[in-house]
Amino acid sequence: MTFFLQMLSNGIVVGSIYGLVALGFVLIYRSSGALNLANGEFVLFGPYICLVLMTSYNVPFYLALLGTLVVSAILGLVVERLVVRPLQHAPTISVIMATLGLASLLAGVVHMIWGHSTKTFPQVFPPTPLKLGGVIVTPVYLWSFVIVIVLLIIFTVFFKYSKMGLAMRAVADDQQAALSMGMSVKFVYAVTWSIAAMVAAIGGVLLGNISGVSPNMATIGLTVLPVVILGGLDSVLGAIVGGFLIGVIQNIAGGYLDPLVGGGLKEVVPFIIVLFILMLKPYGLFGSKGIERV
Amino acid sequence: MLQVNNLEAVYQKIILALRGMSLHVPEGKIVALLGSNGAGKSTTLKAISGLLTGDGGQITDGTIEFEGEKINGVTPDVLVKKGIFLSMEGRRVFKDLTVEENLIAGAYTRKDRGNIKADIERIYGYFPKLDMLKGRKAGYLSGGEQQMLAIGRGLMAKPKLLLLDEPSLGIAPLLVQEIFQNIKKINQEEGMSILVVEQNANVALSIADYGYIMENGRVVMQDTAQNLLANSEISEHYLGIGNDEDKNYREAKSYKRRQRIVW
Repeated sequence: MTFFLQMLSNGIVVGSIYGLVALGFVLIYRSSGALNLANGEFVLFGPYICLVLMTSYNVPFYLALLGTLVVSAILGLVVERLVVRPLQHAPTISVIMATLGLASLLAGVVHMIWGHSTKTFPQVFPPTPLKLGGVIVTPVYLWSFVIVIVLLIIFTVFFKYSKMGLAMRAVADDQQAALSMGMSVKFVYAVTWSIAAMVAAIGGVLLGNISGVSPNMATIGLTVLPVVILGGLDSVLGAIVGGFLIGVIQNIAGGYLDPLVGGGLKEVVPFIIVLFILMLKPYGLFGSKGIERV
Repeated sequence: MLQVNNLEAVYQKIILALRGMSLHVPEGKIVALLGSNGAGKSTTLKAISGLLTGDGGQITDGTIEFEGEKINGVTPDVLVKKGIFLSMEGRRVFKDLTVEENLIAGAYTRKDRGNIKADIERIYGYFPKLDMLKGRKAGYLSGGEQQMLAIGRGLMAKPKLLLLDEPSLGIAPLLVQEIFQNIKKINQEEGMSILVVEQNANVALSIADYGYIMENGRVVMQDTAQNLLANSEISEHYLGIGNDEDKNYREAKSYKRRQRIVW
């Protein structure tokens, strides 16, 4: 039982980070209908920037995180300006392919600058584990969870009540009509991409704190894809719930099944689950089917 | 207030949609722009509101002046701030937003955020149905309700000139009457100038002060709304408001010839 709870809690924490990274996917999909295949590389950039600030310039963690956010926001803006905006009137598939190219480019840049060895974060959170009813939780895990939950609440409120959030939803809904309201679609896109990059960077920094920083982290882009498809590509709630589901299933499958088959099942299980869910619910758990008047 | 002079517009650089279109909207008046499918009515409205580029079109000649200022090539967000708002053809409400959120979206460019709440109430005054449906997603509204929402959303921007593109499209005749009565009321109470494009000429001219009839990308006739309605030839051949029995082919042809002279 303790083993199960342990796996469950690990799953929840990892799942919350999945949810956060998935949110980046959802944001961009909602506003432009394109899948950002470079999302995993966005995740990769954040922790390296944070690490450099902390180790080379001795900046305290909180300031380093702030710096990381600023750099990521700029990265998002640059990508939007150089890659997305020129393709504004092009078919969506062109934008998706462009992000695929961008993914290779960013991964290459990270390799060039920082190499491919795993680097560890300096101790940010206290190392002594806490015991919660028999389950061992390290403070890194606990903090990650708290930060993610707070961020998700902020985003929900932002989308629901802020002027910018409303504009982002309007642009996602009908671009031409949003233009006729006097909304600047370019500005909304720019904000969307920089927020997506920032969200990915936070996910990356938390992940880096848990398991070290290496170029392999970009694979989270792939792991998170089942999360967004599971939750529904255009649903913020779906991204969050999907993140938790995949995280928990992955960890429990890893804990119980991996010893039986000699490992490796952990990575496969999410995709199997997605396959089954999509057979039953083709739009994902919370995806909108699109309102159509007949 | 709005003056369009000899406007020429093309789509995809080859399809000539407007060929020397001119019209004038005086302050505080309702002007109806009528004509058959493909005459260039919607293109005219898109050109005025700066939305032509989004559709792959461009203005190649002529000028558009708003309050004495040339506004060709100005982007839509600036035009909305200047006071020109287009309520697009086919309603185009934000389907996944609630009715109230749609109204708030209409007020996007306004600086006086504090007055928005009161303005929403004012629009519910014009369209009480929207008040009942305010929490519902706009995509689930009926066509008529969506049209009310689209007009209400336009009012939220507090424009000086409201452009309406076919507000009667796909709506039950009874509701069309109600919507047009409300357009008239809005024009009188807010002093807002309105340029309305319509296929349903009868209902549009019943509230308009002045009417233009378009064909092949230019105006072929213009007069006060009463005169247009009174002229039986015009109402029959351009506006489809026939009242007597079928005409034979020869008569129709002779009209075609005379029509040339009118230009």
